[in-house]
Amino acid sequence: MGEEVKLFRSWSSPFALRIVWALEIKGIEYEAVFEDLSNKSPLLLQYNPVHKKVPILVHNGRPIAESFVILEYIDETWKQVPLLPKDPYERAMARFWAKFCEDKVLTSIWSAFIKQGKEQEEALVAAAENLKFLEKEMKGKKFFGGERIGYVDLVLGWLANLVSIFEEIIGLKIVDEEKFPLLYSWMQDFAEAPIIRDNWPPRDKMIVKFQALLDAAIASSSSSSSSSK
Amino acid sequence: MAEENKVKLHGMWASPYVKRVEIALKIKGIPYEFVEEDLVNKSQLLLQYNPVHKKVPVLIHNGKSICESLVILEYIDETWKNGPPLLPQDPYKRAKVRFWTSFVEKELLENVLLVVRSEGEAQEKAIKVVFEKLKLLEEGLKDLFQGETHHIDGENMGILDIVLCSLFGAHKAQEEVLGVKFIDPEKFPLLSSWVTAFTEVAVVKALQPPHEKLVMVYQFLRQKALRPSAAGVEVKEGVYVTSLSRSSPF
Repeated sequence: MGEEVKLFRSWSSPFALRIVWALEIKGIEYEAVFEDLSNKSPLLLQYNPVHKKVPILVHNGRPIAESFVILEYIDETWKQVPLLPKDPYERAMARFWAKFCEDKVLTSIWSAFIKQGKEQEEALVAAAENLKFLEKEMKGKKFFGGERIGYVDLVLGWLANLVSIFEEIIGLKIVDEEKFPLLYSWMQDFAEAPIIRDNWPPRDKMIVKFQALLDAAIASSSSSSSSSK
Repeated sequence: MAEENKVKLHGMWASPYVKRVEIALKIKGIPYEFVEEDLVNKSQLLLQYNPVHKKVPVLIHNGKSICESLVILEYIDETWKNGPPLLPQDPYKRAKVRFWTSFVEKELLENVLLVVRSEGEAQEKAIKVVFEKLKLLEEGLKDLFQGETHHIDGENMGILDIVLCSLFGAHKAQEEVLGVKFIDPEKFPLLSSWVTAFTEVAVVKALQPPHEKLVMVYQFLRQKALRPSAAGVEVKEGVYVTSLSRSSPF
């Protein structure tokens, strides 16, 4: 059977990385199409007209967008090495924590990185509160998925790589090893897993990219500070 | 029925998120006990069942709690396989349903709430965004329905129907309070006929609060956002919210 799997990604998108990891973990052959997000290809715009973003999975010519949607599709289509548990309650827990990681953890850590002053302080407090919930969830587990990497690990995986980059740039600790020992060791275990380790974007390039994003954010906030409420 | 198998839903009558779960339970024919929560004075039980978000809805089944309405909907579909399915069987069709459900949740709902909570120039901007998103949805429906009329009844309502219904089931109340017509049959014919169809489904009708109550909810949300610091509103708000939460169903 001719299976054609393409993944539209960028060199750095942490959302697309989730799909890279999922495909690699399941041993699915695919073609990676790297997009320059400042100059999106007609194909990208055709495959994802609603959001115009990566990742997009194209399976036998049919496109799927949104990383959570793609992960579930992959798990339902290729049943080897399941990402989600079998039991409906366990699946619900995995989906719950994945949503929490995306809506709360990612949002608060991003704010802690990109904001300044009081907003940054508040974001750091929120991030710490959110991380506490994750720390609790990690008790007795190596990965969120249990003994091996699963759905929640893939969703949160960006933390294991990006957080140290953020911390280096802003000179502040976000995931303190003393406060969050289980989460910290999860970050090490996840980052060192072969499939994960072999797919990180180059660190120096990431630092340049995120420093530039931060500089731009600071520049735009100081130029509008005279008109801020 | 064993105590263990009992289903309880902790909710609040005005919450559209709770409504989603109720519709799903009714479609599947799952008997449940509804526990009305006072969201101003949250019960110990609620805080115990949902320590992370402290919100409704919370579904209790087999003594375990499941939170977040979309997570609950998928749990219901996977656990009770005998009733009508809430998602299609085919993985690609499931992906499309999940995609558009996520779109309605993140892109439409958030922006409609923004319209409710803002005024003046900020509101005009938010209204514009909602119309842009509605246009995208109308386009998406052409692909989703494949040019066929989408028939909805109590037997085939799925996750996307439920989520859209929880947002625009109250479109007439939204129109009255906001003075803007989102479900416009001329601008969005597919979407409008879809909204009309699901508001006619018996299960949805039975669960829908009366128009006046919905108007009150939207007016309250608006007041809360726009004039929270007005003198005496704190106390008033407590009374208002309490009366909102106690003037239970219908």
